[in-house]
Amino acid sequence: MKSATTASATAPGDVTSFSLGLALPLGVVFAIFFVLPLAQLFYLSLHNDTAATVWGLGQYIKFLSDPFSLAVLGSTLLLGAEVTLACLVLGYPIAWLYQRSGSRVQTLIIMIVLLPLLTSVVVRTFAWIVILGRQGIINSVLQSLGLIGTPLRMIYTQGGLIAALAQVQMPLMVLPLITAIGRIDPNLADASASLGAGSWRTFVKVMLPLSMPGIIAGCTLTYAAAITAFITQSLIGGGQMLFMPMYLYQQASTLQNWPFAAAISIIFLFAVLAIVALFSMLGRRARGYGDAR
Amino acid sequence: MASVSEAKSLVLDRITHRFASGTMAVSDINLDVKGGEIIALLGPSGCGKTTLLRIIAGFIGQSEGRVIIGNDVVDALPPNRRAVGIVFQNYALFPHLSISENVGYGLAARGVDKATRNKEAQRLLDMVQLGPFGERLPRQLSGGQQQRVALARALAIKPSILLLDEPFAALDKNLRLDMQIEVKRLQRMAGTTTLIVTHDQEEALSMADRVAVLSHGHLEQFGTPSEIYDQPQTLFVNTFVGTANRVTGTVIATDADDVKVALDAGGEIIARAPKPVRASDKVIVCLRPEHLTFVSDDSGFAGEIGMALPLGATVVHEIKAKDGSSIKISQARTGGTPLREAGTPVRVAPLAPGLATVFPQ
Repeated sequence: MKSATTASATAPGDVTSFSLGLALPLGVVFAIFFVLPLAQLFYLSLHNDTAATVWGLGQYIKFLSDPFSLAVLGSTLLLGAEVTLACLVLGYPIAWLYQRSGSRVQTLIIMIVLLPLLTSVVVRTFAWIVILGRQGIINSVLQSLGLIGTPLRMIYTQGGLIAALAQVQMPLMVLPLITAIGRIDPNLADASASLGAGSWRTFVKVMLPLSMPGIIAGCTLTYAAAITAFITQSLIGGGQMLFMPMYLYQQASTLQNWPFAAAISIIFLFAVLAIVALFSMLGRRARGYGDAR
Repeated sequence: MASVSEAKSLVLDRITHRFASGTMAVSDINLDVKGGEIIALLGPSGCGKTTLLRIIAGFIGQSEGRVIIGNDVVDALPPNRRAVGIVFQNYALFPHLSISENVGYGLAARGVDKATRNKEAQRLLDMVQLGPFGERLPRQLSGGQQQRVALARALAIKPSILLLDEPFAALDKNLRLDMQIEVKRLQRMAGTTTLIVTHDQEEALSMADRVAVLSHGHLEQFGTPSEIYDQPQTLFVNTFVGTANRVTGTVIATDADDVKVALDAGGEIIARAPKPVRASDKVIVCLRPEHLTFVSDDSGFAGEIGMALPLGATVVHEIKAKDGSSIKISQARTGGTPLREAGTPVRVAPLAPGLATVFPQ
């Protein structure tokens, strides 16, 4: 009796402390290398001068009242939206195809989807420069076919950047979509058809709402990755297009204006958090659908 | 839409289907279903009954043969234009839509406006006794309730044919009987020609006007439940539907449908032969346990009691025959039915000639 009571009293406590103990190493790393620098960044952003001696909200006021800075923020958020949309439109059919293929085609699709993750971002980005450049693959093919006289400008354009970023971020969209579509009971499409719905209606009314959890997850990941993709943004976008990560880098590294760079970081962080929160709010509304067997 | 729908007939004309892998799923199936009938497709798993259902619904295009609903050959029509209602084994309710929206789904696809749709959905939900549940989501209902929703949803489109795929398999036993009665009641009310796919013989025999027994893609027999049970045409039907003792013997004389068989276990019996057999043929004799009785004269064959099993309303005795075969005999239990002890020598014979059936070996 006594031993039983002791066991039941201590056992749950043991389990809890045990798992907390296991999380401790990661927690320490997290605290030292993430929470602490973030706090320092915040501290730094609250100073009006570059030497960080005068307290104030000057950096925030400077950013939020400067049309140029706001335009950089705006174009970054817009770029993320465009890349996310491109990934969704291109990725959904792939995920759809995956769920309707035999196991050998499935393996092939997964390999192709994962391939971008297996090569370095720098290599992939330079490949895009080769493809999109003035004397790149596309231009030389079109010119040799006589379809165009002068080379098209594709590199250093918004369109070229979106194409490159969409390719790089595609796995982040396709993988959650594959999972979500795979969870949908195939009988539902049959049921919809037998009730008289055509394939478009079945897609809009049944498949799309039920794949919403995957769409939300994929969009969140792709968006966050696209707007922070420093290397691809700078190499494909070039000097004429300025996005937040590069803007930040310039302020910190070139101009040595650390407090302003810190303020940009914090503002950027909150802008991204707001978007992610919006996505997860949408996700919560769609969560009921995810339980579909 | 509002016109009174006449119950449509369904004809399967020489339906054959091979899968892409080359496997024969169903072979040369002919079924002639009258308007308003309930038909059961009965068979063990893998017999092709679900393939047949999917062919009728239009999800699979058969390799050969025709599907005729009413007067129309529907082979060229996609599933959404066949007006065939289906209740899936797992119900396949749309999890993101309310019960009312689920029931109204088919009407929405037909362009019926929302007010009419809701009214019709409510009428159907009242009919399946789920009137107050329209606003709930499918997962908030029990299995039996979900099934009634699935049925209401299928009936909402006023289908010419209603297909039920193992509709009661997921329900527990008590609920199953209630739902079988309910489905039969609703089918009578709607008058819809109905096909039930099932592997449960009791379900097939109790619900259907006629039963089609399938095995390995072949139609073994198509007839009323009594015909299936009392006059099985094949060995498969005799052993799959109900229980049957199988003993071996040799034909010694034939006379029209009746044949005289000398059993390997000793003794002679008169049996019915649905397939032609000749004298001195080796045959299998099927004897239903409830068609056997203990006799005190020298008819039938001899054996000794192996085991007595009192199963409530019936008593089953297992008998060891001379040739070592085991035969079960079941009797209704009356006040004085004695349980016989193991080792007691007995003689067993069919209650009447012709209750035994022989099949070529």
